[in-house]
Amino acid sequence: MGKPNNVLRTLSQYGIVIFLALLCAFFAWRTGGDFIKAGNIANVSRQIAINTILAVGLTFVIITAGIDLSVGSVLALAGVISMTFLRDGFSIGFVMLIPQLPMLFAIPLSAVVAGVIGSGCGAFSGLVVTRFRVAPFVATLAVMTIARGLAYVYTDGRPVSPLPPEVGDFGASDVPFLHVPSLVLIALLVVAVGHVILSRTNFGRHVYAIGGNEEAARLSGVNVNRVKLQVYALCGMLSGLSGMLLATRLASGDPKSGIMFELNAIAAVVLGGTSLMGGRGTVLGTLVGALVIGVLDNGLILLDVSAFYQMVAKGFVILAAVILDQLTRGK
Amino acid sequence: MKHITKTYPGVRALDNVDFEVAKGEVHALVGENGAGKSTLMKILAGAQPMDSGEILLDGAPVHITSPQKAMDLGISIIYQEFNLVPYLNAAENIFLGREPKGALPGFINFPVMYAEAQKVIDQLGVRLNVRTPVNRLSIAQQQMVEVAKATSRKASIIAMDEPSATLTEHELESLFDLIRSLKAKGVSIIYISHRLEEIFQIADQVTVLRDGHLVGTNPVAETDRNEIIHMMVGRELKESAAADQKRAAGIRAPALTVKNLTRKGVIEDISFTVHRGEVLGLAGLVGAGRTELARAIFGADPIDSGELWLNGHRVEIRSPGDAIRRGIGLVTEDRKALGLILGMVVRENVSLANLDAVTRVGFVNRREERRVAQRFIQELAIKTPSVEQQVQNLSGGNQQKVVLAKWLFTQSKVLIFDEPTRGIDVGSKVEIYQLMNRLAANGVAIIMISSELPEILGMSDRILVMHEGRISGELSRKDATQEKIMWLATGGK
Repeated sequence: MGKPNNVLRTLSQYGIVIFLALLCAFFAWRTGGDFIKAGNIANVSRQIAINTILAVGLTFVIITAGIDLSVGSVLALAGVISMTFLRDGFSIGFVMLIPQLPMLFAIPLSAVVAGVIGSGCGAFSGLVVTRFRVAPFVATLAVMTIARGLAYVYTDGRPVSPLPPEVGDFGASDVPFLHVPSLVLIALLVVAVGHVILSRTNFGRHVYAIGGNEEAARLSGVNVNRVKLQVYALCGMLSGLSGMLLATRLASGDPKSGIMFELNAIAAVVLGGTSLMGGRGTVLGTLVGALVIGVLDNGLILLDVSAFYQMVAKGFVILAAVILDQLTRGK
Repeated sequence: MKHITKTYPGVRALDNVDFEVAKGEVHALVGENGAGKSTLMKILAGAQPMDSGEILLDGAPVHITSPQKAMDLGISIIYQEFNLVPYLNAAENIFLGREPKGALPGFINFPVMYAEAQKVIDQLGVRLNVRTPVNRLSIAQQQMVEVAKATSRKASIIAMDEPSATLTEHELESLFDLIRSLKAKGVSIIYISHRLEEIFQIADQVTVLRDGHLVGTNPVAETDRNEIIHMMVGRELKESAAADQKRAAGIRAPALTVKNLTRKGVIEDISFTVHRGEVLGLAGLVGAGRTELARAIFGADPIDSGELWLNGHRVEIRSPGDAIRRGIGLVTEDRKALGLILGMVVRENVSLANLDAVTRVGFVNRREERRVAQRFIQELAIKTPSVEQQVQNLSGGNQQKVVLAKWLFTQSKVLIFDEPTRGIDVGSKVEIYQLMNRLAANGVAIIMISSELPEILGMSDRILVMHEGRISGELSRKDATQEKIMWLATGGK
């Protein structure tokens, strides 16, 4: 517990926040203020919202020392199915359940559908991980391929569009009075609820305990398999929700959407101080991590940096954060 | 090795220990668990730095800064847990890290490697195909591969940590033959073992450590079993004073009855009863199945057959969660790997096994949780700056007290202690004995697994001895002696 160690520890907690502030200031300056224009902020925050929701779910999984690579594919699958329901009515096979629902109700219902589909995928991953002892990396890699394939099968490879105009309107809407994009408000709600669950509940404590020492947790009576299953289901549910929200933002349910999203989400989680070894991490940290990724992407575009260099820059930022994480772990 | 001192947080593992091994000598190193044998060997092997002292090799001081350095100096250690790569074959393991170079850079000359490896193995008088992956070799054969690895490095000192623990009688004979032939070649052997009879069969000198101190070194020919035991357990009187308290309330109704419990290949047909207010000692050598029995009762491992009865009712226990809900607790042996979540703070560790008690509609009540942890910190005199301290920063004794606090908070009616005082300082030991006495007085049934005979004799109302997965005998408090326990533990009838 020397002094340099304390400095590093403080840096690891707040360093990323300072980094984010510096990054925003830098872009505001270099873009001559374009970066902080209201239009740009609304745009960038909608983009960040999707990644944030994915990353919150992944935070839970990663704290148990697991990983979920399927979030991007599950997002696509839930997106195309929920959008098809919005376009054609809620049906299973040829059985029409609810034919014509006012969009005011249909859009929330489609979010529920997307969440259910997502949690089904997640629960499947969780089942493979807990019952068959398959490594999470491998299990979710397989589910990633399966879900992507199902999304193509379901749509025959074509985007689900055109959609009723209300769908796109919702994706672009602001919350009345608050003048915050609806997607951003939803993401913030997810962050708030996720934070409370992880830090205040019995369930959240078990998540940390499993990541800290799975066998010790089991011998303390924690139902490890059940908690893990729930964690993967939760992550899947949020992936599904993201899929529905992304589709409303693009006014199209695209089976090709969400490719490589898992990497951005994992990067956000890791930047936010969550350890890939499990046992450590916070949802609020993940929010900051997602903001850094989003700001970085957007700022570099505004600066006209080529897409290729953007990737290089982003990669180095992630590396720097992970190295900082290693240094602060000590011993 | 001169004046070796090593301190871990809270424990002085070695205090000014001198240790000398002559060329071509078999030198036994004995002592109870936690006496400092392993620490001394780790220092010799370069796996742990020493705080002070010096090591002389052939009269010249050497600085052993890493395991690699130790091997270069001809010092090899064979740990209880072998350092072998399971999927590589014997030859590859023997030459790991110094494979014979092939014609092209980066390639291995396999013909030479296999020939050399076979030569080393043959020299040891061992029959073994060096192309067999080591995970398909028996434990005894794996041990031979370890020895071959050492001799192929021209080791002049080989230390063996409990080499006999997992060997059959026949395999042990071959090991002794091997040791004798190494000795004839001038190799010095340091032989660590709990089994005293082996020392009289194989060793020339015996050194006894106790609580990190050197008790003495004697030629084996000039000592006997009783003297060695006396040297090992010298503190017997001091500690059992705490342990010996009469249990005022006495022993009451049966709490837990185990009937014909079997987990194939591990424990066989175990039946016994432990009563409220009783401390039942469970003795036996390492590998006798004591921990496995505890885990089976606690639902940590599945059982093949058998019944558990709690307070006269048959119960099904399929998971640790079931056991805890029924009022059974298991204080595990390895607190770091199994007992604690090191990255969590004291408060979170204390509440973990009974989190529901501080949970209101799914939310953990941290104020309540803090109060509980605070209470146990006072009750057990846990030395920690605060309830928010990560347990990895506490000393061994205090970590163990946190584990105990966790189980006290569950208010278990049956508590199984697996080696509750292993590796902790004497002061904490006495406190733990007093705590167990208090629990028994309050009607808790206690099963205590221990390898320390004074502890077993001092604490237990009754003693069960296990040997090779079975109960080999039961002794009452007044009949039990160290000799009788050892007799049963080694399979005597």
